[in-house]
Amino acid sequence: MAAVRAHRVLPGFGLSLGFTLAYMSLIVLVPLSAVFILTSTMSVQAFLDAVASPRVVASYRLTFGASLMAALINVVFGLLLAWALVRYRFPGKRLVDALVDLPFALPTAVAGISLTALYAKNGWLGQYLEPVGIKVAFTPLGVLVALVFIGLPFVVRTVQPVLEDLDTEIEEAAASLGADRWQTVRRVVLPTLLPALLTGFALAFARAVGEYGSVIFIAGNLPMISEITPLIIITKLEQYDYVGATAVASVMLVASFILLLIINGLQSWSDRRSARGL
Amino acid sequence: MSTHITRRKMITLATSALMLGAGLAQAQQIALLNVSYDPTRELYQEFNAAFAKYWKGKTGQDVVIKQSHGGAAKQARAVIDGLEADVVTLALAYDIDAIHERAKLIPADWQKRLPHNSAPYTSTIVFLVRKGNPRNIRDWNDLARPGVEVITPNPKTSGGARWNYLAAWAYALAQPDGSDASAKDFVTKIYKNVKVLDSGARGSTTTFVERGIGDVFISWENEAFLAIKELGPGKLDIVVPSLSILAEPPVTVVDKVVDKRGTREVATEYLKFWSTPEAQEIAARNFYRPRAPKVLAKHAEQFVNVKLITIDDVFGGWQKAQQIHFNDGGIFDQIYVK
Repeated sequence: MAAVRAHRVLPGFGLSLGFTLAYMSLIVLVPLSAVFILTSTMSVQAFLDAVASPRVVASYRLTFGASLMAALINVVFGLLLAWALVRYRFPGKRLVDALVDLPFALPTAVAGISLTALYAKNGWLGQYLEPVGIKVAFTPLGVLVALVFIGLPFVVRTVQPVLEDLDTEIEEAAASLGADRWQTVRRVVLPTLLPALLTGFALAFARAVGEYGSVIFIAGNLPMISEITPLIIITKLEQYDYVGATAVASVMLVASFILLLIINGLQSWSDRRSARGL
Repeated sequence: MSTHITRRKMITLATSALMLGAGLAQAQQIALLNVSYDPTRELYQEFNAAFAKYWKGKTGQDVVIKQSHGGAAKQARAVIDGLEADVVTLALAYDIDAIHERAKLIPADWQKRLPHNSAPYTSTIVFLVRKGNPRNIRDWNDLARPGVEVITPNPKTSGGARWNYLAAWAYALAQPDGSDASAKDFVTKIYKNVKVLDSGARGSTTTFVERGIGDVFISWENEAFLAIKELGPGKLDIVVPSLSILAEPPVTVVDKVVDKRGTREVATEYLKFWSTPEAQEIAARNFYRPRAPKVLAKHAEQFVNVKLITIDDVFGGWQKAQQIHFNDGGIFDQIYVK
C-alpha cells in the first residue's frame, strides 16, 4: 500500500488530507458536535416537546418553504442576470456586476431595515402595493423578499464563470446542425450550466435557512404565521432554555444537511449525465 | 550583528517602560464594566459622568465605566457565559435571577441588598398614540376593541415587553368579576390586534413611529417620552391608562467578579450613588421615574400619577410569572396555538 501511495502523481497527499481533516474538524465539526452533545442530554420526550410543538413546526414550514422558494426564484433570475452580464455589452455593465455582490457585503440588519422601510405601507413600494391588496412587510411574503435579496449573488457568482467558459461556438455548431434556438438552450446551454445552477441553488438555500438579521425586521414575527426557526431558537435562549434551543438547532442542521446531500447527489448525477452526453 | 542586538535591547527596554507606565496608570485608574439593557444608554452616560466626578472628589481616583447594552436576556447570558461585569443593570429581576441560578455569581437574595427592590429608578407602561388620538384610546379596554391595531414587542424575546403583557393582565384582573379566565380572554383580544411583534422594544418603536404601522404602541413610559423627543415631536401623544404596572429595572453588584477584580468597594459605591438627589435627578431627566419622593414631586407634571400594581403583589414575583405566562407552552403561547 505504502508503495502505491508513494507513486501518486501529485505529491503531498497524506499531508494535505491530514490537514484538511484537522482543519474541518476544528472549524466545522467541533462547534457542530457541541450542538448534538448538548441535545443528547435531553430525554426523548423533552426533545420531542421542544422540536415538534405546533409553533416550532410552523416555523420549519416557513423557514424551509421560503428558503426553497427564494432559492428557486434566485436560480431563474440569477441565471438571467448572469447571462446578461456575460453575453451582452451595455453601459454601466461593470457597475451592475459590482452591485450583484452588495447583498454579500451589506450587514443583514441593514438589508432588513431598508427592505421594511421600502415595503411598509408608507414606504416607496408599499404605498402602491398595499392599496391593491399586496402586503409584503410583516407577512411571510416579506420573509421571501428578504431571502431572495440575500441569496441572489450566490447563483450569479456560481453561474457566471461557467457561462464565460461556454463558447458561443458550441451554440453556433448546434445551430448549424439544425437545432432551433429553444433546442440549443435546452440541450446545449442548460445541461452545461446545470451543475453550477445546482451549486448556486444549494448555496442560496443554505444561506436562507440560517438567515436571521434581515428577516427579523420584515417578518412581523407572529407565532404560527411569520416566525422563522432561527427566531424560535433565540426565543428559547431568552428563556435560558439552552438545551431546547440546541434541540431545534440540531433539527435544522440535520434537515439542511440532508437537503444539501440531495442537491450534491443531483449534481453528481447531472455531471455523469452530461459526461455521457458529450 | 551588534546593531541588531542593541535594537532588540532597545525594544525590550521600551516595551517594559511602556508596561510600567501602563501599570502605574492602572493603579490610579479603576475600570468598571456595567452590563445593561438597551434603552439605558443615555441614562448611564450621564450617571457615569456624575459618579466619576463624585468618586474623584472622594478618593482622588479616576474611575472609567465601560457600558455594554443589548437585549436584557442576551446581556445576562453573556455574564453567565463569562463576560466580567462588575455590575449589571437589567430590565427585570428575572434576568438577574438567572445569573444566580445558572452561574452562582451572585447570592439568591441579591434583590434585598439595596433599597426599593434594588431598583433605584422605575418606569411604567403607557400608550403612545398618533397626534390627537384619532382612535380615541383612553384605557386598556380600548386596545381590545376589534379593528384597533396594537404594536408591542414579543414578550418571549423582549424582557421589557413582558411588563406590557402583565400590565394588561393586571388591568383585566382588577375589573369587577375579573378572573384568570377573563384576563386570559382580554389579553388574547389585545394580542389578536397585534400585527407586528418585533423582537425588541426599539424595533417596535421604529415600526410604530417610522413605518406608521398601528394605532397604539404599548411602551415603557421612558421610551415613550424618548420617542416623542427624538422621533416625533408633534406627531405623537402619550395616553396614561387607569391602571398600570410598576416596572422595576433592578441593579446589582456581581459578587464573584468584583471580588476577583478587587472592585467591590467602587462597584458598591457606584450603585449606592443612585440614592443621591443628583442621581435621582439624572433619572428624571432621562424619563425614568425617580424613587426619591422630593425629586418625583418636582417632576410631577411629567410623571402622571397612576395607580400602579407590582409584579410581586399580583403575580407572585418574576419566577412564577415567567413560568405561567411566558415559558414554552405558557399562556402567551396558548393565545396563538389552539
